[in-house]
Amino acid sequence: MSDQHIDPTLLRGLVNRRLGRRNVLRAAGIGATAAGLAACGVKGKATGKPTQAPDQVAKFWAGKVAGTHIDFANWPLYMDPKHPELKKFTEQTGMSVTYKEVINDDAEWFAKIRPQLAAHQSIGYDLMVMTDGVEFQECVELGFYAPLDHSKLTNFAANAAPKYKVESFDKNNVYSAPWASGITGIGYNPKYVKTPPTGMHDLLNPAYRGKVGMMSDTQEIGNFAMMALGITPETSTATDWQKAAQWLTDQRNSGVVRSYYDQDYISHLANGDVWISMSWSGDIFQQNASSGSNLKFVIPSEGGTLWTDNMVIPITAANPVGAMQLIDFFYDPAIAASLAEYINYITPVPAAQAVISADAAAASGDDKAALEMVASSALVFPSASDYAKLHYYRNFKTPAEHQQYQAIFNPIVTS
Amino acid sequence: MTTIDESLSEALERPPSAGRRRVDAGDRPRRRVGDVLLHTYTWIVIVWLSLPVVVMIVFSFNNPHGRYNTTWVGFTTKFWSTELFAFQDLTRALLNSIVIAVLSTLITTILGTMIGIALGKYRFRGQGSLNLLLFAAISAPEIVMGASLLSLFATLNTGFGYVTILIAHIMFSLSFVAIVVRARVLTLDPSIEDAARDLGATSWTTFRRVTFPMIFPGILSGALLAFVLSIDDYVVTSFTAGNVTTFPLWIYGVSKLGLPPQADVMGTMIFAAGLIIAGTNALVSARRSR
Amino acid sequence: MTTGRLRARLIPYLTILPGGLWLIVFFVVPMIAMLSLSLQLGDVVHGFQQVWHWQTYTTSISAYRSQIIRSFEYGIASTLLQIIIAYPIAYWIAFRGGSRKSFYLFLLLLPFFVSFVLRTVSWNFILADNGIVLGTLKNLHLLPQGYHILATSTAVVGGLTYNYLPFMILPIYVALERVDPRLVEAAYDLYATRVMAFRKVILPLSIPGIFAGVVITFVPVSSDYVNAHILGGPTSTMIGNVIQNQYLNTQDYPTASALSFVLMAILLIGVFAYARALGTEEALEVAAR
Repeated sequence: MSDQHIDPTLLRGLVNRRLGRRNVLRAAGIGATAAGLAACGVKGKATGKPTQAPDQVAKFWAGKVAGTHIDFANWPLYMDPKHPELKKFTEQTGMSVTYKEVINDDAEWFAKIRPQLAAHQSIGYDLMVMTDGVEFQECVELGFYAPLDHSKLTNFAANAAPKYKVESFDKNNVYSAPWASGITGIGYNPKYVKTPPTGMHDLLNPAYRGKVGMMSDTQEIGNFAMMALGITPETSTATDWQKAAQWLTDQRNSGVVRSYYDQDYISHLANGDVWISMSWSGDIFQQNASSGSNLKFVIPSEGGTLWTDNMVIPITAANPVGAMQLIDFFYDPAIAASLAEYINYITPVPAAQAVISADAAAASGDDKAALEMVASSALVFPSASDYAKLHYYRNFKTPAEHQQYQAIFNPIVTS
Repeated sequence: MTTIDESLSEALERPPSAGRRRVDAGDRPRRRVGDVLLHTYTWIVIVWLSLPVVVMIVFSFNNPHGRYNTTWVGFTTKFWSTELFAFQDLTRALLNSIVIAVLSTLITTILGTMIGIALGKYRFRGQGSLNLLLFAAISAPEIVMGASLLSLFATLNTGFGYVTILIAHIMFSLSFVAIVVRARVLTLDPSIEDAARDLGATSWTTFRRVTFPMIFPGILSGALLAFVLSIDDYVVTSFTAGNVTTFPLWIYGVSKLGLPPQADVMGTMIFAAGLIIAGTNALVSARRSR
Repeated sequence: MTTGRLRARLIPYLTILPGGLWLIVFFVVPMIAMLSLSLQLGDVVHGFQQVWHWQTYTTSISAYRSQIIRSFEYGIASTLLQIIIAYPIAYWIAFRGGSRKSFYLFLLLLPFFVSFVLRTVSWNFILADNGIVLGTLKNLHLLPQGYHILATSTAVVGGLTYNYLPFMILPIYVALERVDPRLVEAAYDLYATRVMAFRKVILPLSIPGIFAGVVITFVPVSSDYVNAHILGGPTSTMIGNVIQNQYLNTQDYPTASALSFVLMAILLIGVFAYARALGTEEALEVAAR
């Protein structure tokens, strides 16, 4: 053991030039700028849709076990504030659930979760609800959703209506299970609108000048205009979009439109600022229940839009197994009935109707009337003929298509 | 802790003429009318500013049968008593907001005051760039600020929560405090500080006993602005919050459909608490000045 | 140079260091990233690539020119209105408020502790076509039946003025409160009328406050999107709404960033031009010692 021999690495370390303060600052400055410029890169996926192969499912779920807690992000007004269904879930499985109504808009939600999911970080939620629209598709293409393991979703298999298993935006429910569906139709206030409207042409009626409400979502108004012109939205082309945009521009120029609203159209409809408006079925229901108003809803003869809010599991969820159990839990007819009684939107579980009727029979007074209204409502349990009139949003095959669509319809709402 | 300035003023005020100024007898009626008009005008504006709060208070007594709360249905006090804490996350969100706002105000006021003083009192290289930076920070649209912060934090993999919200709030409030404090500092008479130094005070003592009391209203105003900006922020907070909920985040979605009466109650309670604080402050200072 | 003088020279740099650093790390760096993004092309799914695409700026300016102009129109209108409304209040509180100055200031700010969305939505209720205000006036036949304030630019400007008023009141108050009443007295002693005393003594002394107020009001007002969104109609879209829409719904991040920088650039140029017009010595730098 000669102590003349110094380890070469140590020697190198001892004689290397020390970083002076100026060099450190310079390096830090360059490093920071480089980090900034690199950070600004929005990374996507070079390839398109990821495969739906069964081995993907197995690969994701291999070795995952249930945790003790689930974080659930949802839209407002989608669950009774006392969370009775979640309490039952906790009793049954022992997993606690934190429920937050933080999703107000798909686009906003997507903008929030995209950087985190793209960086493979947790967004703080195990389960979330997103509408079938552009953002849903983008999440699928970017691989943000965990594929569902249908071998564990027994309630879903047994109780979900067949229609909801083959929806065009997620055939065979690879990633999503519907939470609630809704219809976009025409809502009106009979106090001001004497002849009940029957279709889109009523939204052009000069008698309602300045009193017509339209939605600001380009997918909603695009669909409406296309259906008004007899075009099937799901298979529409760019020329169809141009025609639809022209319909909307003519409507706008004629002065009948008061404004293009978010969900707040309903308060304007209720207080008389707007007499007739594009509306979502459940909102009309809820407004009538809240204030005793007499607003009415009708599916236009040319057609209405059926949209679905879906439960999906983000790929970085901390407790995906628990999340999936929760999804399945909501397909129990009793639980689905309990949800539908509060939400008043279409439930994907037809068996819930019988449960609600039974609840109505057992209840009394105001509750009885309300429950009977829900059980018999075509807005919560549409008939086959209703469904026949409804269309989905247009699915875009490429982002370029989406941009084109937006470029055509944006000027109508933002000028 | 009176400064030279204030004691001089007091000396001038002591003569026993009516009111704080020596006024011409002929001027008096006109001045009084003008004062009364201004006084009334101020109260009118205060009422105008509080109108939406009145609406909120009224709707906290509303009794909607469903969840929408935009039309008056009937009077009830149940949301003030039995149903008040039906939303557990609402209370927590409110607490989060207040804590973050207080912390943000403290830090922003200190940092912003320092910048404001530097810009107001000294000439230094980089002054123009600092001004530019401050104005740029106010002018950036919130969506872009929020989104860019989100990307930054995601890249640095810091996780999201109270700290990121606090960082964001301090960032966008800094300029407001700095600009308001600077406006105040620019009105200072430098000769007073020179006088203090001539009398042997060190620069720290000068700051503490001369400068600081003189710019205090500016600092207070800046702090109030910072508090309001923080407790009320939606866009930037929603991007940087992770799964922490603040009050604006909680109510943003539902506020367009009418807040549930419980939220109106909470809002009313905040407002009432503020009124009480303001009232006691006024009483205390009135008693002190007598 | 003695250490004392060196320290004195360093003081300004030291005092601005913490705040300045904060802004650099949490504002400048993300903004540089956004600037870089504005020159990229691509889409959310496939990612964006840096191609130095300067045309994004020209195309977005020409596409949204009317919204940009409209935003500044609303901004100027609202700021002017705010000066008119705020100055008398700031004056009264500063000169006549006495021991209750902070009480009044606090009262003025109290409504703003409640969420801005809630406040703006409450205006929807108050100004509804057949609501408390308009309904009563219509019943008294003082207004035509078809009259409405909401969904017009009046409502948007009104909302903007309302929501940013404290940002104008506080700086003006802060400057006015500093005015020594003895200066005003001296003016009266020299036979000045009230108007002359105001114009030649009080007003010039309050210029730093007005400047600060205009800056922290005009700038956020022009970039606002909430008021136009909730209170406005189809023809009152502001550039803030466009940026919001481009970023969230179209996911065209380059255009959204480009528009943001265009907005910021115009605002900054405007502010500095304003400062120059006022006399930079008073607005931005220390008066002659």
